Amino acid sequence: MPQAALSGLDEATRDESSLRRFLDGLPGVDQVGVEQRAASLATRSIKKASKLWALNTAISMVDLTTLEGADTVGTVRSLCAKARQPDPERPDTPRVAAVCVYPDLVATAVEALEGTGIGVASVATAFPSGRSNLAVKLADTKLAVESGATEVDMVIDRGAFLSGRYGAVFDEIRAVKQACGDAHLKVILETGELVTYDNVRKASWLALLAGADFIKTSTGKVQPAATLPVTHVMLQAVRDWYTATGELRGVKPAGGIRSAKDAIRYLVAVNEVAGEEWLTPRLFRFGASSLLNDLLLQRRTQLDGHYSGPDYVTVN
Amino acid sequence: MSDTRLAVAKTYKLYIGGKFPRSESGRSYPVTDTRGRFLANVAHASRKDLRDAVVAARKAFAGWSGATAYNRGQVLFRVAEVMEGRRDQFVAEVRAAEGVQPRRAEALVDAAIDRWVYYAGWTDKLSAVLGAANPVAGPYFSFTVPEPTGVVGVFAPQKSSLLGLVSVVAPVLATGCTAVVVTSAERPLPAVTLSEVLATSDVPGGVVNVLTGRAEELAPWMASHADVNALDLTGVEPSARAELERAAADTVKRLVRAPRQEPDWTATPGLERLRPYLEEKTVWHPMGV
Repeated sequence: MPQAALSGLDEATRDESSLRRFLDGLPGVDQVGVEQRAASLATRSIKKASKLWALNTAISMVDLTTLEGADTVGTVRSLCAKARQPDPERPDTPRVAAVCVYPDLVATAVEALEGTGIGVASVATAFPSGRSNLAVKLADTKLAVESGATEVDMVIDRGAFLSGRYGAVFDEIRAVKQACGDAHLKVILETGELVTYDNVRKASWLALLAGADFIKTSTGKVQPAATLPVTHVMLQAVRDWYTATGELRGVKPAGGIRSAKDAIRYLVAVNEVAGEEWLTPRLFRFGASSLLNDLLLQRRTQLDGHYSGPDYVTVN
Repeated sequence: MSDTRLAVAKTYKLYIGGKFPRSESGRSYPVTDTRGRFLANVAHASRKDLRDAVVAARKAFAGWSGATAYNRGQVLFRVAEVMEGRRDQFVAEVRAAEGVQPRRAEALVDAAIDRWVYYAGWTDKLSAVLGAANPVAGPYFSFTVPEPTGVVGVFAPQKSSLLGLVSVVAPVLATGCTAVVVTSAERPLPAVTLSEVLATSDVPGGVVNVLTGRAEELAPWMASHADVNALDLTGVEPSARAELERAAADTVKRLVRAPRQEPDWTATPGLERLRPYLEEKTVWHPMGV
C-alpha cells in the first residue's frame, strides 16, 4: 500500500467526494497474481502436531451458524449444545467462538449459552439482501442487540455500492455501528455480488473506514461465497489497516467452507498474508455449519490413528 | 512420413465418485505383462485416496440402496452390455495380465460378463430367498427383510484380474451396498478398463470406487476405518488377515471369510457373497386393524 494512500485516512472520510477519491485511488488487485498466490499457499502440507493445532484453532474460530427459514427454538438450542461441547466423547475439544442466528432467536441462544463465554452473533439489517430502508435496518439491529447479541453481522447495500454511492454505504455502516453499542460489528461485503477483486478491496476499506470490527465475505446465500483469493484481498486490507493505524481488525470468510482441509488452507493464508497475530478467534472466524463436523472427524483421526465417520458426530 | 506410429504410453488414474482423479500422493507405478514387458503406468493409491473413496461411497449409498431392486438389476445388466462392447479389449488385457492363451482369455471374459448377468438376476430375488414372513404366536404379522449394510471395502483377488474382480464386486452392488475396491497390484489393467465401463454404464458415480495400488499398504486403513461397514479380504495375504480382522472388529464390520488359496472363479457362485452384505430387519405389525 503506497504511503500516500495511507496518510490520507482522516481526509478520506471528510465528505463523499474525498471518500470516492480515496477508494478509487486504491491500487488495483493483480487478479492473476492473487489467484496464483492463493493456489500456491493452498498446496502447503500441514502434518501431525501442527495439524492437530490447526484443527483445534479452527474449531475455536467457528461461528456455528444456522440461518434457515425453518429454524426453531429447538434447533437453536441443540446447536448451542453442540457449541458448548462439540465432541462429547472428547471433552478436551475446544469450544466454538460463537453461535450465529437470526435476530428473533438471539434470546434463545443467549439463554442456552449463559456462562459459557461463547458469543452470540446475529445477522441484521434485512439479511441477506439488505434491501430495506435505514429505519428498518436499525430496528433490526436494535432487536438483536437488545436480545443480548454480542456480535452483529450486517450486510452492506450492494446496490448502492455498485452504483458508486459510497457515501450512502459508509453512512449506513456508521449508523449501524452506533446502534450496536458494545456489540462487535461484522460487515458482510457479499463478495459474490461485487464481481471484481478491486471492488472487494474498495468495499473492505470502506467498511474499515466506517468502523467495522470484522469484514466478512458472504451471507452464505449467494454463490460464489467465500473463496481463498477473495479472503487474501481482505486479509491484505486488514493488514494494511493495521500498518496505517495500529488497530487490529478481523476477517471472517463464510459460506462454502465445508472441509477441514479448506479450513487449514485459510489458516495458512491468514498466517502468510496478515500475520501470526491474526491466528486467534478475536481476529479470524469461520462462518460455517457443516465445517465443524469435518473438523471433529479429522481431529478424531489425528488422535485415534484411524479414520472416523459421520455416524460418530451429531447431525446438524 | 514414417509408417511406424509412436505408441501412446498410458498413465491410468483412479476412479472415485464417478471421476478419474490422479492419486492425491502423485505416485504411479509401471505395470508389465507376465513376461515383464511394459504395459502402462497406473496410479498408486494412498490412504488419503482411500479416505476420499469411502466418502464418495458413503455419499452414493443412499441413492443406490434406495433404488428399487428391479432398477439395480437393470443397471447391472447394462454393465454386462457395455462390457460386451469392449470384449476384445478385455480379452487382450486379460491375456497380457494373466499370460493365458487367447481361447482361455475369451472364456474368462465371457464368464465375467455372464457373472454380471447372474447377479443382475439376484437383485429382486434376495428378499424372497433371504427374507421371511415369520410365524408368531400372537395377532401380529412379523416380517424379516434383508437390507444392505452400507459401504463395503473390497480387496480384489491378486491373480484373477477380471473374473475374480467381477465375482467380488458384482455381489456387493447386487445387495444395494456401495464398494471401495482395491485392485490386484500386479494385474490392475482389466480393473481400470472395468472402471471405464462402470463410468459409461448407468452405475451412479461413487457406487463403485476403484483404487489401484498395494493391498498391504491400504488394508490397515480400510480395516480400521469407522465408516466402512463390511470387509472382503480376498486379495490380502493370508498371513496379514488376522490382524486386519481384529482391527475390523473394533467397529463391528461384517467380514467375508476368504479361502487361503484363490478359489476357482469359474464355478457358479451361490449366496456366499451376498449374505454377508445384508442386515436382517424384522418388523412386527399388528394384525387386523
